[in-house]
Amino acid sequence: MVSPLGNTLGETWSAVLAGTSGAAPIETFDVSAFSTRFAATVKNFDPTPYMPEKEARKMDVFLQYGLVAAIQAMEDCGIEVSEQDAPRIGACIGSGMGGIQAIENNAMLIAEKGPRRVSPFFVPGAIINMVAGNLSIKYGLKGPNLSTTTACTTGTHAIGLGMRCIQYGDADVMVCGGAEMVTTPVGLGGFCAARALSTRNDDPQAASRPWDRDRDGFVLGEGAGVLVLEEYERAKARGAKIYAELSGFGMSGDAFHMTSPPEDGAGAALSMQNALNDAGLTADGIQYINAHGTSTPLGDKAEIKAVHSVFGSAADKLAVSSTKSMTGHLLGAAGAIEAIFSVLALRDQVAPPTINLENQDEACNGINLVPMETQEASIDAVLSNSFGFGGTNGSLIFKRV
Amino acid sequence: MSSIEERVKKIVAEQLGVKEEDVKPEASFVEDLGADSLDTVELVMALEEEFETEIPDEEAEKITTVQLAIDYIKENLG
Repeated sequence: MVSPLGNTLGETWSAVLAGTSGAAPIETFDVSAFSTRFAATVKNFDPTPYMPEKEARKMDVFLQYGLVAAIQAMEDCGIEVSEQDAPRIGACIGSGMGGIQAIENNAMLIAEKGPRRVSPFFVPGAIINMVAGNLSIKYGLKGPNLSTTTACTTGTHAIGLGMRCIQYGDADVMVCGGAEMVTTPVGLGGFCAARALSTRNDDPQAASRPWDRDRDGFVLGEGAGVLVLEEYERAKARGAKIYAELSGFGMSGDAFHMTSPPEDGAGAALSMQNALNDAGLTADGIQYINAHGTSTPLGDKAEIKAVHSVFGSAADKLAVSSTKSMTGHLLGAAGAIEAIFSVLALRDQVAPPTINLENQDEACNGINLVPMETQEASIDAVLSNSFGFGGTNGSLIFKRV
Repeated sequence: MSSIEERVKKIVAEQLGVKEEDVKPEASFVEDLGADSLDTVELVMALEEEFETEIPDEEAEKITTVQLAIDYIKENLG
Protein backbone atom coordinates (compact mmCIF):
# COMPACT_ATOMS: atom_id res chain seq x y z
CA MET A 1 0.00 0.00 0.00
CA VAL A 2 1.07 3.52 -0.81
CA SER A 3 -1.08 6.07 0.99
CA PRO A 4 -1.13 9.58 2.40
CA LEU A 5 -0.38 7.94 5.77
CA GLY A 6 2.67 5.93 4.72
CA ASN A 7 4.33 4.10 1.88
CA THR A 8 3.85 0.63 3.34
CA LEU A 9 0.87 -1.21 4.78
CA GLY A 10 2.37 -1.35 8.28
CA GLU A 11 3.05 2.37 8.42
CA THR A 12 -0.39 3.22 7.08
CA TRP A 13 -2.32 0.91 9.39
CA SER A 14 -0.50 2.20 12.50
CA ALA A 15 -1.36 5.75 11.47
CA VAL A 16 -5.01 4.77 10.89
CA LEU A 17 -5.33 3.19 14.34
CA ALA A 18 -3.71 6.28 15.88
CA GLY A 19 -6.26 8.51 14.13
CA THR A 20 -3.78 10.47 12.00
CA SER A 21 -4.76 12.80 9.17
CA GLY A 22 -2.77 12.64 5.93
CA ALA A 23 -3.93 16.05 4.65
CA ALA A 24 -1.43 18.81 3.95
CA PRO A 25 -1.06 21.94 1.81
CA ILE A 26 -0.25 21.13 -1.84
CA GLU A 27 3.32 22.14 -2.61
CA THR A 28 3.96 20.46 -5.95
CA PHE A 29 2.41 23.22 -8.07
CA ASP A 30 1.10 26.74 -7.63
CA VAL A 31 -2.34 26.42 -6.05
CA SER A 32 -2.94 30.08 -5.23
CA ALA A 33 -5.77 30.42 -7.76
CA PHE A 34 -7.59 27.22 -6.69
CA SER A 35 -10.50 27.25 -4.23
CA THR A 36 -9.01 24.20 -2.47
CA ARG A 37 -5.27 24.35 -1.78
CA PHE A 38 -4.61 21.13 0.14
CA ALA A 39 -4.90 17.38 -0.36
CA ALA A 40 -4.00 14.09 1.30
CA THR A 41 -0.80 13.58 -0.65
CA VAL A 42 1.71 10.75 -0.60
CA LYS A 43 4.92 11.84 1.14
CA ASN A 44 8.58 10.95 0.48
CA PHE A 45 7.71 8.43 -2.20
CA ASP A 46 10.69 6.72 -3.83
CA PRO A 47 9.99 3.99 -6.42
CA THR A 48 13.65 3.09 -6.98
CA PRO A 49 13.89 0.32 -4.36
CA TYR A 50 11.17 -1.41 -6.44
CA MET A 51 12.15 -0.60 -10.04
CA PRO A 52 15.04 0.98 -11.93
CA GLU A 53 14.86 4.74 -12.26
CA LYS A 54 14.74 4.37 -16.03
CA GLU A 55 11.53 2.30 -15.79
CA ALA A 56 9.94 4.63 -13.26
CA ARG A 57 10.53 7.62 -15.54
CA LYS A 58 8.36 6.03 -18.21
CA MET A 59 5.37 5.77 -15.89
CA ASP A 60 2.89 8.32 -14.67
CA VAL A 61 3.00 8.58 -10.87
CA PHE A 62 -0.26 6.61 -10.49
CA LEU A 63 1.43 3.65 -12.21
CA GLN A 64 4.43 3.93 -9.90
CA TYR A 65 2.14 3.93 -6.84
CA GLY A 66 0.19 0.97 -8.18
CA LEU A 67 3.21 -1.08 -9.11
CA VAL A 68 4.95 -0.45 -5.78
CA ALA A 69 1.79 -1.49 -3.88
CA ALA A 70 1.46 -4.58 -6.08
CA ILE A 71 5.10 -5.61 -5.57
CA GLN A 72 4.63 -5.22 -1.81
CA ALA A 73 1.53 -7.45 -2.00
CA MET A 74 3.34 -10.07 -4.10
CA GLU A 75 6.20 -10.15 -1.58
CA ASP A 76 3.81 -10.40 1.36
CA CYS A 77 1.78 -13.27 -0.12
CA GLY A 78 4.85 -15.36 -0.89
CA ILE A 79 3.51 -16.82 -4.15
CA GLU A 80 6.19 -18.15 -6.46
CA VAL A 81 5.13 -17.85 -10.09
CA SER A 82 6.24 -21.10 -11.73
CA GLU A 83 5.95 -21.74 -15.44
CA GLN A 84 3.19 -24.22 -14.72
CA ASP A 85 1.17 -21.87 -12.50
CA ALA A 86 1.66 -18.67 -14.51
CA PRO A 87 -1.46 -19.10 -16.72
CA ARG A 88 -3.58 -19.43 -13.55
CA ILE A 89 -2.34 -16.19 -11.96
CA GLY A 90 -3.77 -12.86 -13.11
CA ALA A 91 -4.21 -9.25 -12.15
CA CYS A 92 -7.12 -6.81 -12.03
CA ILE A 93 -5.93 -3.37 -10.97
CA GLY A 94 -7.79 -0.22 -11.93
CA SER A 95 -7.69 3.53 -11.74
CA GLY A 96 -10.44 6.12 -11.81
CA MET A 97 -8.68 8.66 -14.00
CA GLY A 98 -5.32 7.20 -15.04
CA GLY A 99 -2.30 9.25 -16.02
CA ILE A 100 -3.67 12.75 -15.73
CA GLN A 101 -0.24 14.22 -15.04
CA ALA A 102 1.23 12.60 -18.14
CA ILE A 103 -1.72 13.82 -20.21
CA GLU A 104 -1.26 17.36 -18.90
CA ASN A 105 2.48 17.38 -19.45
CA ASN A 106 2.23 16.09 -23.00
CA ALA A 107 -0.62 18.46 -23.88
CA MET A 108 1.57 21.34 -22.75
CA LEU A 109 4.52 20.00 -24.75
CA ILE A 110 2.37 19.94 -27.89
CA ALA A 111 1.21 23.49 -27.28
CA GLU A 112 4.75 24.74 -26.70
CA LYS A 113 6.88 22.64 -29.03
CA GLY A 114 4.59 20.75 -31.39
CA PRO A 115 3.60 17.09 -31.78
CA ARG A 116 7.14 15.80 -32.35
CA ARG A 117 7.86 16.25 -28.65
CA VAL A 118 5.19 13.84 -27.40
CA SER A 119 6.99 10.99 -25.64
CA PRO A 120 6.78 7.49 -27.13
CA PHE A 121 6.13 6.40 -23.56
CA PHE A 122 3.17 8.73 -23.15
CA VAL A 123 0.49 6.18 -24.04
CA PRO A 124 1.89 3.15 -22.19
CA GLY A 125 2.84 5.49 -19.35
CA ALA A 126 -0.64 6.95 -18.91
CA ILE A 127 -3.32 4.36 -19.73
CA ILE A 128 -5.30 2.85 -16.91
CA ASN A 129 -4.54 -0.84 -17.38
CA MET A 130 -0.77 -0.49 -17.14
CA VAL A 131 -0.42 -1.30 -13.45
CA ALA A 132 -1.78 -4.75 -14.24
CA GLY A 133 0.24 -4.79 -17.48
CA ASN A 134 3.56 -3.91 -15.88
CA LEU A 135 2.94 -6.30 -13.00
CA SER A 136 2.26 -9.14 -15.40
CA ILE A 137 5.49 -8.39 -17.27
CA LYS A 138 7.52 -8.18 -14.05
CA TYR A 139 6.30 -11.46 -12.55
CA GLY A 140 5.31 -13.40 -15.67
CA LEU A 141 1.61 -13.52 -14.73
CA LYS A 142 -0.13 -15.09 -17.72
CA GLY A 143 -3.69 -15.30 -16.39
CA PRO A 144 -6.43 -12.67 -16.92
CA ASN A 145 -4.98 -9.17 -17.14
CA LEU A 146 -7.69 -6.64 -16.36
CA SER A 147 -8.44 -3.18 -15.20
CA THR A 148 -11.59 -1.54 -13.93
CA THR A 149 -12.47 2.11 -14.22
CA THR A 150 -15.64 2.95 -12.37
CA ALA A 151 -14.76 6.26 -10.69
CA CYS A 152 -14.57 5.95 -6.91
CA THR A 153 -15.79 2.35 -6.97
CA THR A 154 -12.88 1.20 -9.16
CA GLY A 155 -10.89 -0.52 -6.40
CA THR A 156 -13.91 -2.33 -4.98
CA HIS A 157 -15.03 -3.52 -8.40
CA ALA A 158 -11.49 -4.67 -9.24
CA ILE A 159 -11.45 -6.90 -6.15
CA GLY A 160 -14.98 -8.16 -6.76
CA LEU A 161 -14.31 -8.97 -10.40
CA GLY A 162 -11.04 -10.65 -9.42
CA MET A 163 -13.08 -12.83 -7.06
CA ARG A 164 -15.45 -13.70 -9.90
CA CYS A 165 -12.50 -14.69 -12.12
CA ILE A 166 -11.49 -17.22 -9.49
CA GLN A 167 -15.05 -18.42 -8.86
CA TYR A 168 -15.69 -18.82 -12.58
CA GLY A 169 -12.48 -20.77 -13.05
CA ASP A 170 -10.52 -18.27 -15.12
CA ALA A 171 -7.73 -18.10 -12.54
CA ASP A 172 -6.62 -19.45 -9.16
CA VAL A 173 -4.88 -16.28 -8.00
CA MET A 174 -5.79 -12.66 -8.79
CA VAL A 175 -3.76 -9.65 -7.73
CA CYS A 176 -6.36 -6.90 -7.32
CA GLY A 177 -6.62 -3.23 -6.41
CA GLY A 178 -6.52 0.34 -7.57
CA ALA A 179 -4.13 3.26 -8.00
CA GLU A 180 -4.70 7.00 -8.31
CA MET A 181 -2.80 10.25 -8.51
CA VAL A 182 -4.70 13.31 -9.73
CA THR A 183 -3.19 15.95 -7.47
CA THR A 184 -2.38 18.00 -10.56
CA PRO A 185 -3.77 21.31 -11.86
CA VAL A 186 -6.36 19.60 -14.10
CA GLY A 187 -7.36 17.01 -11.49
CA LEU A 188 -7.67 19.49 -8.66
CA GLY A 189 -9.33 22.08 -10.91
CA GLY A 190 -11.93 19.57 -12.05
CA PHE A 191 -12.96 18.54 -8.54
CA CYS A 192 -12.93 22.18 -7.37
CA ALA A 193 -15.24 23.10 -10.23
CA ALA A 194 -17.58 20.24 -9.36
CA ARG A 195 -17.80 21.76 -5.85
CA ALA A 196 -16.89 18.36 -4.49
CA LEU A 197 -13.93 19.34 -2.31
CA SER A 198 -13.69 20.79 1.17
CA THR A 199 -12.38 24.36 1.13
CA ARG A 200 -11.16 24.33 4.72
CA ASN A 201 -7.79 25.73 3.62
CA ASP A 202 -6.94 27.10 7.06
CA ASP A 203 -7.08 23.65 8.67
CA PRO A 204 -6.54 20.80 6.16
CA GLN A 205 -6.26 18.10 8.81
CA ALA A 206 -9.77 18.88 10.07
CA ALA A 207 -11.27 19.06 6.57
CA SER A 208 -12.26 15.42 6.07
CA ARG A 209 -15.02 15.03 8.68
CA PRO A 210 -17.57 12.45 7.56
CA TRP A 211 -21.01 12.77 9.22
CA ASP A 212 -19.92 15.87 11.16
CA ARG A 213 -22.39 18.73 10.83
CA ASP A 214 -19.58 21.05 9.62
CA ARG A 215 -18.41 18.83 6.75
CA ASP A 216 -18.09 20.66 3.45
CA GLY A 217 -16.80 18.21 0.87
CA PHE A 218 -14.14 15.54 0.46
CA VAL A 219 -10.37 15.81 0.62
CA LEU A 220 -8.54 14.67 -2.48
CA GLY A 221 -6.24 11.73 -1.73
CA GLU A 222 -3.73 9.72 -3.75
CA GLY A 223 -1.97 6.36 -3.55
CA ALA A 224 -2.61 2.70 -4.25
CA GLY A 225 -3.80 -0.45 -2.56
CA VAL A 226 -3.32 -3.99 -3.84
CA LEU A 227 -4.25 -7.33 -2.30
CA VAL A 228 -3.92 -10.92 -3.45
CA LEU A 229 -6.95 -13.20 -3.80
CA GLU A 230 -6.23 -16.90 -3.90
CA GLU A 231 -8.51 -19.89 -4.26
CA TYR A 232 -8.94 -21.26 -0.73
CA GLU A 233 -7.75 -24.85 -1.21
CA ARG A 234 -4.67 -23.65 -3.08
CA ALA A 235 -3.85 -21.14 -0.35
CA LYS A 236 -4.35 -23.73 2.38
CA ALA A 237 -2.25 -26.32 0.57
CA ARG A 238 0.75 -24.02 0.31
CA GLY A 239 0.43 -22.85 3.93
CA ALA A 240 -0.29 -19.27 2.90
CA LYS A 241 -0.74 -16.46 5.40
CA ILE A 242 -4.53 -16.10 5.03
CA TYR A 243 -5.87 -12.77 6.26
CA ALA A 244 -9.56 -13.35 5.56
CA GLU A 245 -12.10 -14.93 3.25
CA LEU A 246 -13.65 -12.67 0.62
CA SER A 247 -17.17 -14.01 0.83
CA GLY A 248 -19.48 -11.50 -0.81
CA PHE A 249 -19.58 -8.98 -3.65
CA GLY A 250 -22.51 -6.77 -4.60
CA MET A 251 -22.97 -4.12 -7.27
CA SER A 252 -25.67 -1.70 -8.33
CA GLY A 253 -26.35 1.49 -10.29
CA ASP A 254 -28.19 4.56 -8.98
CA ALA A 255 -29.85 5.54 -12.27
CA PHE A 256 -30.17 9.02 -10.82
CA HIS A 257 -27.56 11.77 -11.33
CA MET A 258 -23.98 12.20 -12.60
CA THR A 259 -22.44 13.12 -9.26
CA SER A 260 -25.13 12.95 -6.53
CA PRO A 261 -26.72 9.89 -4.93
CA PRO A 262 -30.49 9.74 -4.38
CA GLU A 263 -31.39 11.04 -0.93
CA ASP A 264 -32.60 7.65 0.30
CA GLY A 265 -29.40 5.89 -0.75
CA ALA A 266 -31.39 3.24 -2.63
CA GLY A 267 -28.48 2.31 -4.92
CA ALA A 268 -26.12 1.97 -1.97
CA ALA A 269 -28.66 -0.20 -0.16
CA LEU A 270 -29.08 -2.50 -3.16
CA SER A 271 -25.31 -2.89 -3.44
CA MET A 272 -25.01 -3.86 0.25
CA GLN A 273 -27.98 -6.23 0.02
CA ASN A 274 -26.52 -7.92 -3.05
CA ALA A 275 -23.23 -8.43 -1.20
CA LEU A 276 -25.06 -9.93 1.80
CA ASN A 277 -26.97 -12.26 -0.49
CA ASP A 278 -23.77 -13.28 -2.26
CA ALA A 279 -22.13 -14.04 1.09
CA GLY A 280 -25.19 -15.92 2.31
CA LEU A 281 -25.43 -13.65 5.34
CA THR A 282 -28.26 -11.80 6.99
CA ALA A 283 -27.85 -8.24 8.25
CA ASP A 284 -26.94 -9.34 11.77
CA GLY A 285 -23.93 -11.23 10.39
CA ILE A 286 -21.93 -8.01 9.87
CA GLN A 287 -20.27 -6.19 12.78
CA TYR A 288 -18.21 -3.51 11.05
CA ILE A 289 -18.76 -1.40 7.92
CA ASN A 290 -15.97 0.57 6.33
CA ALA A 291 -18.21 3.21 4.82
CA HIS A 292 -17.72 5.13 1.61
CA GLY A 293 -18.19 8.21 3.88
CA THR A 294 -16.44 10.90 1.85
CA SER A 295 -17.44 13.91 3.98
CA THR A 296 -19.81 15.39 1.41
CA PRO A 297 -23.11 16.78 2.73
CA LEU A 298 -25.37 14.57 0.57
CA GLY A 299 -23.39 11.36 0.20
CA ASP A 300 -22.78 10.81 3.90
CA LYS A 301 -26.47 11.14 4.73
CA ALA A 302 -27.61 8.87 1.91
CA GLU A 303 -25.22 6.12 2.97
CA ILE A 304 -26.49 6.17 6.56
CA LYS A 305 -30.07 5.98 5.30
CA ALA A 306 -29.07 3.03 3.17
CA VAL A 307 -27.46 1.29 6.16
CA HIS A 308 -30.65 1.76 8.18
CA SER A 309 -32.78 0.40 5.37
CA VAL A 310 -30.64 -2.72 4.89
CA PHE A 311 -29.70 -3.43 8.51
CA GLY A 312 -32.88 -2.38 10.31
CA SER A 313 -32.61 -3.14 14.01
CA ALA A 314 -29.22 -4.83 13.45
CA ALA A 315 -27.82 -1.34 12.82
CA ASP A 316 -27.73 -0.80 16.59
CA LYS A 317 -24.90 -3.29 16.98
CA LEU A 318 -22.87 -2.12 14.02
CA ALA A 319 -19.71 -0.06 14.05
CA VAL A 320 -19.53 2.10 10.92
CA SER A 321 -16.50 4.28 10.25
CA SER A 322 -14.91 6.26 7.48
CA THR A 323 -11.16 5.92 7.17
CA LYS A 324 -11.37 8.68 4.55
CA SER A 325 -11.43 11.02 7.54
CA MET A 326 -7.70 10.18 7.69
CA THR A 327 -6.62 9.15 4.19
CA GLY A 328 -8.75 11.56 2.22
CA HIS A 329 -10.52 10.15 -0.82
CA LEU A 330 -8.23 8.06 -3.01
CA LEU A 331 -10.89 7.84 -5.77
CA GLY A 332 -10.06 4.73 -7.84
CA ALA A 333 -7.75 3.43 -5.10
CA ALA A 334 -10.19 4.12 -2.25
CA GLY A 335 -12.07 0.83 -2.42
CA ALA A 336 -8.79 -1.08 -2.54
CA ILE A 337 -7.15 0.52 0.50
CA GLU A 338 -10.45 0.34 2.38
CA ALA A 339 -10.89 -3.35 1.60
CA ILE A 340 -7.43 -3.85 3.08
CA PHE A 341 -8.34 -1.77 6.16
CA SER A 342 -11.49 -3.90 6.51
CA VAL A 343 -9.41 -7.08 6.43
CA LEU A 344 -7.04 -5.70 9.06
CA ALA A 345 -9.98 -4.60 11.23
CA LEU A 346 -11.09 -8.22 11.12
CA ARG A 347 -7.60 -9.50 11.89
CA ASP A 348 -6.98 -7.10 14.78
CA GLN A 349 -10.60 -7.03 16.05
CA VAL A 350 -10.81 -3.25 15.99
CA ALA A 351 -12.97 -0.62 14.33
CA PRO A 352 -10.72 2.17 13.04
CA PRO A 353 -11.97 5.66 13.87
CA THR A 354 -13.78 8.41 12.04
CA ILE A 355 -11.61 11.35 13.05
CA ASN A 356 -12.92 14.93 13.17
CA LEU A 357 -16.40 13.65 13.99
CA GLU A 358 -16.94 16.20 16.75
CA ASN A 359 -20.59 17.09 16.27
CA GLN A 360 -22.52 14.32 14.59
CA ASP A 361 -25.06 15.46 12.01
CA GLU A 362 -28.46 14.65 13.52
CA ALA A 363 -29.54 13.15 10.22
CA CYS A 364 -26.85 10.49 10.76
CA ASN A 365 -27.84 9.50 14.29
CA GLY A 366 -28.64 6.04 15.55
CA ILE A 367 -25.40 4.34 14.51
CA ASN A 368 -22.01 3.99 16.20
CA LEU A 369 -19.82 5.96 13.78
CA VAL A 370 -16.66 5.30 15.82
CA PRO A 371 -15.96 8.97 16.53
CA MET A 372 -12.39 10.16 17.08
CA GLU A 373 -10.78 6.98 18.45
CA THR A 374 -10.26 3.35 17.46
CA GLN A 375 -12.62 0.95 19.24
CA GLU A 376 -12.02 -2.66 20.16
CA ALA A 377 -14.70 -4.81 18.62
CA SER A 378 -15.72 -8.41 18.19
CA ILE A 379 -15.90 -8.85 14.44
CA ASP A 380 -16.73 -11.94 12.38
CA ALA A 381 -17.54 -10.19 9.11
CA VAL A 382 -16.96 -6.74 7.64
CA LEU A 383 -18.51 -4.90 4.74
CA SER A 384 -16.70 -2.27 2.68
CA ASN A 385 -18.64 0.20 0.53
CA SER A 386 -17.71 2.31 -2.48
CA PHE A 387 -19.94 4.62 -4.50
CA GLY A 388 -18.82 6.55 -7.55
CA PHE A 389 -19.74 9.30 -9.97
CA GLY A 390 -22.16 7.96 -12.52
CA GLY A 391 -24.00 6.24 -9.69
CA THR A 392 -21.84 3.12 -9.67
CA ASN A 393 -21.83 1.17 -6.42
CA GLY A 394 -19.93 -1.79 -5.01
CA SER A 395 -19.75 -3.63 -1.69
CA LEU A 396 -17.40 -6.35 -0.48
CA ILE A 397 -17.78 -8.66 2.52
CA PHE A 398 -14.82 -10.30 4.25
CA LYS A 399 -15.14 -13.02 6.88
CA ARG A 400 -12.78 -14.48 9.43
CA VAL A 401 -11.25 -17.78 8.40
CA MET B 1 31.30 23.96 -23.70
CA SER B 2 31.53 20.17 -23.84
CA SER B 3 32.35 18.51 -27.11
CA ILE B 4 29.64 16.92 -29.25
CA GLU B 5 30.96 13.49 -28.25
CA GLU B 6 30.58 14.25 -24.56
CA ARG B 7 27.12 15.71 -24.94
CA VAL B 8 25.88 12.74 -26.97
CA LYS B 9 27.32 10.26 -24.45
CA LYS B 10 25.75 12.10 -21.55
CA ILE B 11 22.31 12.02 -23.18
CA VAL B 12 22.59 8.36 -24.10
CA ALA B 13 23.59 7.50 -20.52
CA GLU B 14 20.70 9.52 -19.07
CA GLN B 15 18.06 8.26 -21.47
CA LEU B 16 18.99 4.60 -21.31
CA GLY B 17 19.86 4.54 -17.64
CA VAL B 18 23.41 3.24 -18.19
CA LYS B 19 26.81 4.39 -16.92
CA GLU B 20 28.66 6.93 -19.07
CA GLU B 21 31.74 4.71 -19.19
CA ASP B 22 29.64 2.00 -20.88
CA VAL B 23 28.61 4.38 -23.63
CA LYS B 24 31.45 3.46 -26.00
CA PRO B 25 31.46 4.79 -29.58
CA GLU B 26 30.81 1.37 -31.10
CA ALA B 27 28.02 0.51 -28.62
CA SER B 28 24.68 -0.38 -30.20
CA PHE B 29 21.69 1.13 -28.41
CA VAL B 30 19.61 -2.01 -28.69
CA GLU B 31 22.20 -4.78 -28.49
CA ASP B 32 24.69 -3.32 -26.02
CA LEU B 33 22.80 -0.73 -24.02
CA GLY B 34 19.47 -2.50 -23.49
CA ALA B 35 17.23 -0.11 -25.41
CA ASP B 36 13.93 -1.16 -26.95
CA SER B 37 12.26 0.46 -29.96
CA LEU B 38 10.47 3.08 -27.85
CA ASP B 39 13.70 3.92 -26.01
CA THR B 40 15.42 4.69 -29.30
CA VAL B 41 12.58 7.00 -30.37
CA GLU B 42 12.90 8.90 -27.10
CA LEU B 43 16.68 9.00 -27.40
CA VAL B 44 16.46 10.64 -30.81
CA MET B 45 14.00 13.17 -29.37
CA ALA B 46 16.45 13.98 -26.59
CA LEU B 47 19.23 14.50 -29.15
CA GLU B 48 16.97 16.80 -31.18
CA GLU B 49 16.23 18.79 -28.05
CA GLU B 50 19.88 19.05 -26.97
CA PHE B 51 21.16 20.09 -30.39
CA GLU B 52 18.12 22.12 -31.37
CA THR B 53 17.68 20.25 -34.59
CA GLU B 54 15.14 18.00 -36.26
CA ILE B 55 16.15 14.51 -37.32
CA PRO B 56 13.84 13.08 -40.02
CA ASP B 57 12.42 9.64 -39.20
CA GLU B 58 14.23 7.94 -42.10
CA GLU B 59 17.56 9.32 -40.81
CA ALA B 60 16.69 8.52 -37.19
CA GLU B 61 16.20 4.85 -38.06
CA LYS B 62 19.83 4.63 -39.22
CA ILE B 63 21.22 5.99 -35.94
CA THR B 64 21.77 2.70 -34.14
CA THR B 65 25.10 3.26 -32.37
CA VAL B 66 26.72 6.01 -30.32
CA GLN B 67 29.20 6.77 -33.10
CA LEU B 68 26.46 7.05 -35.73
CA ALA B 69 24.69 9.57 -33.51
CA ILE B 70 27.88 11.60 -33.09
CA ASP B 71 28.54 11.48 -36.83
CA TYR B 72 25.01 12.58 -37.69
CA ILE B 73 25.12 15.54 -35.33
CA LYS B 74 28.55 16.63 -36.60
CA GLU B 75 27.51 16.43 -40.24
CA ASN B 76 24.21 18.19 -39.79
CA LEU B 77 25.14 20.87 -37.32
CA GLY B 78 28.11 22.22 -39.26
